[in-house]
Amino acid sequence: MSPRAAAARTRAPLVAVREVSVAFGGINALNGVSFDMQQGQILGLIGPNGAGKTTLFNCLSRLYQPCRGDILLDGDSILKRPAHKIAEIGIGRTFQNVALFGNLSVRDNVRVGAHARSSSDIVSDALRLPWVRRGEAKTNATVDEILDYLALHEVADLAVAGLPFGTQKRVELARALAAEPKILLLDEPAGGLNHEEVFSLGALIRRIRDERGVSVLLVEHHMGLVMSIADHVVALNFGRKLAEGPPGAVQNDPEVIKAYLGSKQP
Amino acid sequence: MSALQDLVTDVAAVPATPTKSLRLGMLASLAVLLLLLGAPLLLKSFVIFQITMVLIYAIAILGLNILTGGSGQVSLGHSAFYAIGAYSSAILIEHYDVHYGLTLPVAGVVCFAFGFLFGLPALRLSGVYLALATFALAIAMPQLLKLSVFERWTGGVQGLVVTKPDAPFGLPISQDVWLYGVTLAIALAVYLTAVNLLTSRSGRAMMAIRDNEIAACAMGVDVALYKTLAFGISAGITGVAGGLGAIAVQFVAPDSYTIQLAIALFVGMVVGGVGWLPGSLVGAGFIVFVPNLAEGISKGLSGAVFGVILILVIFLAPHGARQIATRVQHWMHRLRSK
Repeated sequence: MSPRAAAARTRAPLVAVREVSVAFGGINALNGVSFDMQQGQILGLIGPNGAGKTTLFNCLSRLYQPCRGDILLDGDSILKRPAHKIAEIGIGRTFQNVALFGNLSVRDNVRVGAHARSSSDIVSDALRLPWVRRGEAKTNATVDEILDYLALHEVADLAVAGLPFGTQKRVELARALAAEPKILLLDEPAGGLNHEEVFSLGALIRRIRDERGVSVLLVEHHMGLVMSIADHVVALNFGRKLAEGPPGAVQNDPEVIKAYLGSKQP
Repeated sequence: MSALQDLVTDVAAVPATPTKSLRLGMLASLAVLLLLLGAPLLLKSFVIFQITMVLIYAIAILGLNILTGGSGQVSLGHSAFYAIGAYSSAILIEHYDVHYGLTLPVAGVVCFAFGFLFGLPALRLSGVYLALATFALAIAMPQLLKLSVFERWTGGVQGLVVTKPDAPFGLPISQDVWLYGVTLAIALAVYLTAVNLLTSRSGRAMMAIRDNEIAACAMGVDVALYKTLAFGISAGITGVAGGLGAIAVQFVAPDSYTIQLAIALFVGMVVGGVGWLPGSLVGAGFIVFVPNLAEGISKGLSGAVFGVILILVIFLAPHGARQIATRVQHWMHRLRSK
């Protein structure tokens, strides 16, 4: 456990997931799941396919409404906010299969990421009034800094649809960072990446946590990545929490092993 | 769904342009502007009138382009907003003696309100379903305008005759030339504000919605708000064009604003290039001049000839005038580098 995360133990949790249940028709996608996430933590959320990881993610970004339970950010419930008011309280996310704005340039994608951190109205925008120019200058400065940070300057003016998958994933990360999130939800960031790319992704996620003070909730199939960078791991299966704790302990938990490998035939 | 959807999403609306081609684009825009400014000196009065109509349709198509190219919503009903704009201007000029210049912003605001309100139920629809709903609007509009309840203002089936304005301050120019100048100034202003809008935070939000609604929402974009705003702005701009059209033609009647007009505007947008604002002018030229050209080739088969020309254009340049512009740009670069 990093010193940062250890210090965080004593404070109130950044995110508190309380008895959250989600049902689709008769199927319980999530069934009374609870855990805490501390400030500055990298929390790995693992589980086999269909365990409810993405469902939980979608509750956090308010795409799904839990039928029971609550989710608190800094002690306040987020469940009363509509989905488009989640970015402004500091929850940013990436998507499982990359959901970029394909026709826009890399720069414009990241600019849209800053939407929640700026304000304007259509009349001032159409007339490009002085405060609109000032706002755009501020947004552009933020965007430039992030493009530099993620080494995207060279492709900044290209449309994202034509870029390699690995680069698109970095653009998505840049877009999420432009909203200056407190907590970053990464949905299978290693999916579709090769071995080296996964390795550098791990280092990058750590750097983002350490240098930008962003807590990270990571859903990932790639066990190597989760075990190497997470401070804390929560394992789900069939919508229930199986185990929770430091990576080593969860990895060796008999229930978790059983969920991944199946039980021995008698 | 896919064909219409591709039309909208296949092409970059405001593409990432390197500075070199920006300069080229600027030169081209300046050349077009000079030609338009010089036109009254060289052309006969009837041709001036025709170019005025091109500019008016260009404004209407630009409005449609903001909706379809900008926010990804398809409309086959923009004739309805054009009609509302036209009637707003005509009624204010003829019944209330309002100065024609003042009626245009009113037409814009009235159509913005109608568009915004229509945009609210349209939030539940997308793609071909939205196209159908707007189509219904276009079908209904001429009959609504004929309703006897409104006849006191609209003139019913007869419509209204609008007086053409004279040039002010005793300027020694004809009514046609004056109206052309007014239209050109308004078209320019509308074009510049539309460019501002699409390259601003609001415009980016609309294009983000067009490309991926869920991701846009996660970035904090109020999807419902921007979609309805896009509808309102689009209708408002088309309404201003309608108002200008009423003044230029000096007449409004329900049957001038049928589904045929809506389709013409749609064709103009596609021929110009969906989401490419300068293409609106090209598309407008197409819908004004190509039917005449077709008639010149064969009086009896003008519709068929128009159809063949349209198919050829779509076949050779599926992304419209924008595609040709990009190709010319490539050639210029190659020439320069040789």
